[in-house]
Amino acid sequence: MRRIKEFVIEKLLLSSALITIAVTIGIILVLSIEAFYFFSEVSILDFLTDTEWTPLFTNKHFGIMPLLSGTLLTTFIAIAFAVPVGLSISIYLSEYAPKSFRKTIKPLLELLAAVPTVVYGFFALMVVTPYLQGIIPGLSGFNALSAGLVMGVMIIPYISSLSEDALHAVPYSLREASYGMGSTRLQNSFKVIVPAASSGIIVSIILAISRAIGETMIVAIAAGQQPRLTFDPTVPVETITAYIVQVSLGDVQHGSLEYRTIFAAGITLFVFTFLLNTLSHKMRKKFQEKYE
Amino acid sequence: MNNIRKNRLKDQAFKVWGIACTLLGLVLLLIFLGNIFMDGIQRINWSFLINLPSRSPEKAGIYTALMGSLWVLSLTTIIALPVGIAAAIYLEEYAKKNKLSSLLEVNISNLAGVPSIIYGLLGLEVFVRIMEMGGSVLAGSFTLALLILPIVIVSTREAIKAVPKSIRDASFAMGASKWQTVYLQVLPASFGGILTGIILALSRAVGETAPLIVIGALAYVPFAPLSPMDQFSVLPIQIFNWITRPQPGFVENAAAAIIILLLITFVMNGIAVYFRNKWQKKLK
Repeated sequence: MRRIKEFVIEKLLLSSALITIAVTIGIILVLSIEAFYFFSEVSILDFLTDTEWTPLFTNKHFGIMPLLSGTLLTTFIAIAFAVPVGLSISIYLSEYAPKSFRKTIKPLLELLAAVPTVVYGFFALMVVTPYLQGIIPGLSGFNALSAGLVMGVMIIPYISSLSEDALHAVPYSLREASYGMGSTRLQNSFKVIVPAASSGIIVSIILAISRAIGETMIVAIAAGQQPRLTFDPTVPVETITAYIVQVSLGDVQHGSLEYRTIFAAGITLFVFTFLLNTLSHKMRKKFQEKYE
Repeated sequence: MNNIRKNRLKDQAFKVWGIACTLLGLVLLLIFLGNIFMDGIQRINWSFLINLPSRSPEKAGIYTALMGSLWVLSLTTIIALPVGIAAAIYLEEYAKKNKLSSLLEVNISNLAGVPSIIYGLLGLEVFVRIMEMGGSVLAGSFTLALLILPIVIVSTREAIKAVPKSIRDASFAMGASKWQTVYLQVLPASFGGILTGIILALSRAVGETAPLIVIGALAYVPFAPLSPMDQFSVLPIQIFNWITRPQPGFVENAAAAIIILLLITFVMNGIAVYFRNKWQKKLK
């Protein structure tokens, strides 16, 4: 009797774990089935090479490039801001700061990631954009710059926390050797510790990029809803995620081509983040093995 | 000598730079919060909390959105909690090191990195269309439950892992079965850690906007939901809606609603940190 009960419980627990596999399969199936219908009406060559995205107009164009350029532009701005700042924070906290300071500041920094993104969107649109308009004349009300910068603030803790963990995991003997040779903390940090923790740092940056590509509300609120193939940060653009939100807010018939465009956009987004996540997972495995 | 001084100077310069960067994030956060506080605080009063949405900003309130958030949060917990904890128990206590368990592990870490809006697309097709739930509270809760599932699993595993092996050994030595050991010893001992993870996961769920917009949660709902099949709005969607309106009165409303949302998020984070500290002390 007891053995049967134990057996049933184990299988129940296993099936709960298998639900996570079902979720992944579900995501892939849903995206690829709807995308399949989409590509049976729109040629994949047009999708990849057309430079206009106007599925909601009468003159329809289905080129993903403008959405992709919007996504890459905001992501690039965010990463260009967050990586230097986040890395400096992690090096300072790991190699310079007193232990007590590190312990209090880390949870505070992580609060940055706990703030709902719709709040950041509000801030980008209502505060950062008007402020930047004072510095950069001709900056439009919706632009990639302020959305990207605010997104950068949001992902600082992703980089600083994970990189700090990686720096901290470097064995103490390396520091002792480097200090023994008379190096300053700065030389020790950049010539010994950072290279030793490089794979962990790269993982943190890849995860931050993946997070920025998938971020939705900040760009939907502050970057605008005008898909255009440009790398000018001062004009309105539209990201893949913002387009999905735009269509979802409207009244689009289920099964129509417009409805399917959000799945075609979604699968593009999914492929990008999936590749980045897999890469970071592989690298993390390698980096764990190194110190264990 | 000159070289040494130069290097020391550089060292000090980086220290100043490091402090500046560390404070930059926090100062920006303070400016964010200060700004929003100044914009919204005079708008917060009792009627703002209990009024229904309205076309005129002075009369509009967040009652329906707040109730919607509460509904979604409760149902999400009910759905995600048992599945997440069970999956974590399986992976930590039962799974052997084989292909299946490493597949499960890679898969969960991948799911944690899937953008939230993709979960929205999954929910739209599976829950809203195929299961015909419509844009209901239930569809929203299922979607968010899948979204936070990886977070619940990962944090529960951490908590279970922290329970010393000696406790399990003692339990087995007393003749307890595997499940008895897990249920009567491991789970109670890791309770604080599990709770922390769940509260953090829920604080993430309460701020989620994009997936709920995709499954068709509405910006304007005249009544608070009364059953899981009712249509709903949530606080972040209400905020989003107000931000996108041109009249200045709505900006004030958005700021006020943000204060409430942040209050909820920060209180949940605070509780989680409190439980974590208390639990970690107990475990030692």
